[in-house]
Amino acid sequence: MTTQPLIGLEVHAQLLTASKMFCGCPTEFGAPPNTQVCPICTAQPGALPVPNQRAVEMTILTGLALHCDIAPRSVFARKNYFYPDLTKNYQISQYEQPLCENGYVLIDTESGPKRIRVRRVHLEEDTGKNIHGGAGAASRIDFNRCGLPLMEIVSEPDLTSADECRAYLQKLQLILRWIGVCNGNMEEGSMRCEPTVNVIEVGGSAKTALVEIKNLASFRAVHQAVDYEILRHTRALLAGESTTRETRRWLAEGRTETMRSKEEAHDYRYFPEPDLMPLEVDEAMVTRIGADMPEGPDEVRERLIEQYELSSYDATVMTQSREFAAFFEAAAGAAEDPKAVANWMQGDFARLLNETGTPLAESKVSPAGLADLVRLIADGAISGKMAKTVFERMFETGKAPALIVDEEGMSQISDTSALEPVIDKAIADNPEAVENYRSGKKKALGALVGQIMKETKGQANPALVNELLVQRLGE
Amino acid sequence: MIPVSVTRDDVAHVARLARLAMSEQELDQMHGYFEAILEHFAKLAAVDTEGVEPTSHPLARANVTREDCVTEPMDRTKLLANAPLADGECFLVPQIMEDE
Amino acid sequence: MNDMADDIGLLNRPAHELAALIRSGEISAVAVTEASLARIEALNPTVKAFLTVTPDLALEAAKATDDALARGEELGPLAGVPIAIKDNLCVDGVLCTCASKILDGYRAVYDATVVERVKAVGMPIVGKTNLDEFAMGSSTENSAFFVTHNPWDLSKVPGGSSGGSAAAVAARMAPLALGSDTGGSIRQPASFCGITGLKTTYGRVSRYGLVGYGSSLDQVGALAADCVDAALLTAVIAGQDPRDTTSADVPVPDYVGELTGDVTGLRVGIVRELMGEGIDPEVRESVLTVARALEGMGASTGEASIPHIDYALPVYYLIGPAEASSNLARFDGMRYGHRTKERAADHIEMYSRTRAEGFGPEVKRRIMTGTYALSAGYYDAYYLKAQKVRTLLRLDVEAALGQFDVLLSPTTPLTAFGIGELVNDPIAMYMADICTFAANLAGVPGLSVPCGFTKAGLPIGAQFTGRAFEEGTILRVGDAYQRATSHHTSLPGLLGAGG
Repeated sequence: MTTQPLIGLEVHAQLLTASKMFCGCPTEFGAPPNTQVCPICTAQPGALPVPNQRAVEMTILTGLALHCDIAPRSVFARKNYFYPDLTKNYQISQYEQPLCENGYVLIDTESGPKRIRVRRVHLEEDTGKNIHGGAGAASRIDFNRCGLPLMEIVSEPDLTSADECRAYLQKLQLILRWIGVCNGNMEEGSMRCEPTVNVIEVGGSAKTALVEIKNLASFRAVHQAVDYEILRHTRALLAGESTTRETRRWLAEGRTETMRSKEEAHDYRYFPEPDLMPLEVDEAMVTRIGADMPEGPDEVRERLIEQYELSSYDATVMTQSREFAAFFEAAAGAAEDPKAVANWMQGDFARLLNETGTPLAESKVSPAGLADLVRLIADGAISGKMAKTVFERMFETGKAPALIVDEEGMSQISDTSALEPVIDKAIADNPEAVENYRSGKKKALGALVGQIMKETKGQANPALVNELLVQRLGE
Repeated sequence: MIPVSVTRDDVAHVARLARLAMSEQELDQMHGYFEAILEHFAKLAAVDTEGVEPTSHPLARANVTREDCVTEPMDRTKLLANAPLADGECFLVPQIMEDE
Repeated sequence: MNDMADDIGLLNRPAHELAALIRSGEISAVAVTEASLARIEALNPTVKAFLTVTPDLALEAAKATDDALARGEELGPLAGVPIAIKDNLCVDGVLCTCASKILDGYRAVYDATVVERVKAVGMPIVGKTNLDEFAMGSSTENSAFFVTHNPWDLSKVPGGSSGGSAAAVAARMAPLALGSDTGGSIRQPASFCGITGLKTTYGRVSRYGLVGYGSSLDQVGALAADCVDAALLTAVIAGQDPRDTTSADVPVPDYVGELTGDVTGLRVGIVRELMGEGIDPEVRESVLTVARALEGMGASTGEASIPHIDYALPVYYLIGPAEASSNLARFDGMRYGHRTKERAADHIEMYSRTRAEGFGPEVKRRIMTGTYALSAGYYDAYYLKAQKVRTLLRLDVEAALGQFDVLLSPTTPLTAFGIGELVNDPIAMYMADICTFAANLAGVPGLSVPCGFTKAGLPIGAQFTGRAFEEGTILRVGDAYQRATSHHTSLPGLLGAGG
């Protein structure tokens, strides 16, 4: 039997609004417990919700970025279930008429690009947080998070491996960050993922029961848990074991366990939220929101390949974020050597940002600075090796590269008359190397170049040294 | 189709969904009430609602939203003053099982 | 402070007269408020209209009104007039129980919008009135704390659910009161207690701070001595509220200005289905006298029909409870209110015991049927079907109001019944509201005015139903009728003054 895993991902993304979904409470992460709450989000008797317009617009923007249809009319619905972190004991969500439907996300796979269909994107509110382990077997509840705006993005079961799941999540995270609607931080819980997994028989009718996995706080956990479940399902299918539809929890020790079976699943009793009016989105509103839509990562990537003749790989790296792409374009436009800019950005620049934990936006290096540096190298004013030092200074101080070169006396010797005496000396001091070179051992040139560089404290222009040496030895 | 009867088990299931503990006697009484009110509900079956839109709101408005502006949160002491049990920072409830 | 006899004489005046006396400086707001508080102290032990009395809050507001007058400030038309508030509306810092054990001891943490508005115009709040628990009922017998008595006959119910507010105004313990109406809860007790009650168009008055029962049906409204007072109070509380997205962005007209006394050419439709079987003959006769009186004033009458009104009861008892089952889910003993003392193994058990202990039988019945109507497999058959029939009923009402300017019917099929008479037959109790459901389901305004008394001396109410946002029209009809009659000025014998 040939088997095929089918995985769908349900992603919750917290929107980057200033206030909560249905009240004006602030949304900052990490405030002291129960200090970002009000009568509405703590469900005081009589309090009523009012939807956040920005959250609605961000969801529509997301729908557009994910190539969705935007519903001309959508409604909020109540999802009824009792839980201590849910103040009203119902969550305001969307059910039958979500804001966005029928979109897709393009991911890269080993066999090329693949379209993962997005079933729906809807808007809802977050729950509070239970802090376990209070005194006397009590749970402590903090409602600061209760009522934060969340988008739920549901894919079709088009993913077939843990790698694809990771690629989809990374791509989704990239897009959400790119359009500025979510910070995509899985550790802080501002992006959460619940995969639904089963395995089917290819060309047959056998299949395992759908399982939903919860408690995944990182891309790595998603990857591991999906792998684990694929294996578990595949074994069960091959062995002909029956499986049950259930929700499973991922454990840190590297396996899943049953949380609850479908039989004990909730009956959510969805119905249209009577405290809220429908959302009606006309063409003009879609156009207005769409006008804020930046060129997407896929489009920018294609354009970088075309316009700057970058390799597919380089273009992907340059579009790892909207800021990164913008930096690249600004620097590449000024530098006349886009490839060199790309190399710097994914080389020393990326390394230093990473090592120092500096976000690109806060880096002291400007696109113009990087372009200047690339130009100095191209003009032969400094060597590649010197440039590394200059760049480190730029990263530390934000000074222009020419200024650093000046201050540190690092300018390159590209003057033939200045180099000739040094070259003469090197030839005189190394008759053996000269002999070897002339007898055909071209590698012997390295020793001579080495000495010249040493004599000039690395300031000699290596290309020029090479050229002059070859000329002299060939005489 | 409108169901015309309901079993006592159905009533017990609904009580669980609604989080209402009920004694056997209360369940019997509630079951009796269900049978009586369901007779009234069953009358609706006679109404032809083919092609009729449901009324969720008597008022026809749409897109009633607010600007994304932060308002002053409420005082925590005042909030917790009504709590059956609190520790000055959080509400306290019995240990929650790792469900949901 | 004035003696009791003077207090009675004073408070027997309608609110607009009291306000005029205060504005002219003939009497202080503090004196009127003290009179109201004294009347409450004297009569509440018998009538039991109030759950909480708030003398400090009231006197402070009265003093502020007097001070404003002393400073030469212009006072609003109801400044200084005491008001009672139904105990399902939030008054910051004051107990708000909804007559339920589950909210025993709960102090509201903010002001409802309507409360904010009555405070802003200088009306002293004298207390919170009794109701059927969470506004579910027609007799105030479903209060978890005590039964309110009808001031006209203490052995009878005052109606409900705003029975405390209606009894308070009928006994003139407060000249005005706020109530809420989901299926008749202002109009029915107004009718039982011989006063005027207005349920406004859905969306006319903000629901922010009204503890929700049926969100798509609930409206806050005025209980008053007459239509002028009801118009004045409605003008205070009406208008769009950014905190309630279901409040309407329709300008508030000058309701008092619309009380011209002129009904010439007005078309009054008598609702055929509400004049036949099941309606007490005394009630029917009395309502017909209203029609004749209006004809005498130049209005025309005819027969109107709401064919789907037979379905109003099942539609109401599906939609109201369905919404209630969800609205009342928040009462779980976690953040406020009653929590079970029993040791619970987990939160599920804690919820179930807390709610079992905290809610009374009628609230449980509605939570149960509402939960059932929304549950998997039944949603389409019950909730959705009810919403569709609601559409048909709404279209009926709109059609009737296309043909007529106002609809006339009894407010209730029977007059006030005896305390304890119907408590064991919930469905018979539901019938007390069959004349009032339609206005809530259609979202249109309804007004109950006193139109006579039974041989036994119990008040009878006539109901005027109007087009959406045309409160002015039904108030004008009610006011014209009251200018020509004196039923609304009759006072219960309990007040001793003998009218």
